[in-house]
Amino acid sequence: MPQWIRACATDDINPEDLIRFDHDGDTYAIYHAPDGRFYATAGRCTHEDVHLCDGLVMGHLIECPKHNGQFDYRTGEAKRSPVCVNLKTFPVKVEAGTVFIGLT
Amino acid sequence: MTAAPFPVGQRDYSLVGPDSRRAVEIGLASAEWYHSDVPRAVMKDLMKRTDGPAIRDTILWFALLIGGAWGGIYFWGTWACVPFLFVYSVIYGSSCDSRWHECGHGTAFRTPWMNDVIYQIASFMVMRNPVTWRWSHARHHTDTYIVGRDAEIAWMRPPKTLTNFLALFDVIGATRSLLILARNATGRLTPDEKDFVPESEWGKMILAARIHMAIYAATIAVALATWSWLPLMLIGLPRIYGSWHMVMCGHLQHAGLAENVLDHRLNTRTVYMNPISRYIYWNMNYHIEHHMFPMVPYHALPRLHEVIKADLPPPNLSILDGYREVFASLRRQKTDPEYYLRKTLPPSAKPYREEFHTLNIARSNT
Ligand code: FES
Repeated sequence: MPQWIRACATDDINPEDLIRFDHDGDTYAIYHAPDGRFYATAGRCTHEDVHLCDGLVMGHLIECPKHNGQFDYRTGEAKRSPVCVNLKTFPVKVEAGTVFIGLT
Repeated sequence: MTAAPFPVGQRDYSLVGPDSRRAVEIGLASAEWYHSDVPRAVMKDLMKRTDGPAIRDTILWFALLIGGAWGGIYFWGTWACVPFLFVYSVIYGSSCDSRWHECGHGTAFRTPWMNDVIYQIASFMVMRNPVTWRWSHARHHTDTYIVGRDAEIAWMRPPKTLTNFLALFDVIGATRSLLILARNATGRLTPDEKDFVPESEWGKMILAARIHMAIYAATIAVALATWSWLPLMLIGLPRIYGSWHMVMCGHLQHAGLAENVLDHRLNTRTVYMNPISRYIYWNMNYHIEHHMFPMVPYHALPRLHEVIKADLPPPNLSILDGYREVFASLRRQKTDPEYYLRKTLPPSAKPYREEFHTLNIARSNT
């Protein structure tokens, strides 16, 4: 069972954008998709350890700010080189305007 | 961090030599680079992708290519073909580089397949393996002008001025590129290539090289069958006789500036250029801006420049102004390879990681 950790308020993230969330020495990225849903992934690119929070959300893709590698942040799937390794994803739930990330 | 400055002495620019190991040891490899502060909302707007500007520019690109080729063929054998082939060759042999570059970053168009199609065409024109160069260019962005890490350092110290300026009609570069493609086509990769291209991509590298070589072989066959230079003047040779603009702009990017620093303001040059050069070069004259924020498309770079220019060294005011600076610096580097031009940051700018160039700063001011 994941432990649900409060990450942010829903209106902390603009639609089609992301923020960085640090917890317990790890860093995560929380996304607000254009369809209004929220998602969470590991916060650093699998190519070279760069924070994704400065990247660009386009639809359901996150583009890394360093070399423009892309992931589908819903599944973590690497979509555009130079990223080859998928991104870890985490479950998310929204309750009363708060976004929780499920960590094990 | 109190890392020692990079040691003085002979540099080893290979990616598997002692300088490469030293760069990793002292924290210069894959490091955190300086970024000017830009509010997130402004940056999001600058990064926004759109197809419009690149479609417009690409229609013009193809029109110039087709028009130039038509005139070259129609007037072949008379002086009237010269202006047509002049335009054709610059569009083929110079603007291919910027199209390759921007579409390789995936920022020129919003639609991914458009970036991919133009990337493949431009890679062929510029005689670059489309797979290898995607990775070497990623390394250039990670470790810009870090000795032993960056595979795209054009001006190694001490500078070989004659060799580099012979490259103005890129005979050496194009020949080298062709030999690399020929080697890749036979399935052979160098240790450097194996260092920066992941193994999963090696097969694609070899396939791409074979396709490029097959097109060149077919062009040579047509030239022999028709006993005419014309096919080669249209495919292959423009990479040499039309590359002068690419080389002219490319040398301005980093030549004579610092190596082994983590701040693009000090190892990269922004140069104001005329609109024709900016079309051919797709605004890469805003080169500090591009390196600092590679996600900003070429058409938004002038706007980005306005946003961050107070944090950057003053730009060079023209191509000529840039070359004055480059030549002065290279002249010094011929006798003193440790010398580099230390770009002056405005008083409002933030310094960054001074420890990496303390030694070089002292030398550059002597
Ligand atoms: S660090 Fe993310 S694509 Fe290279």
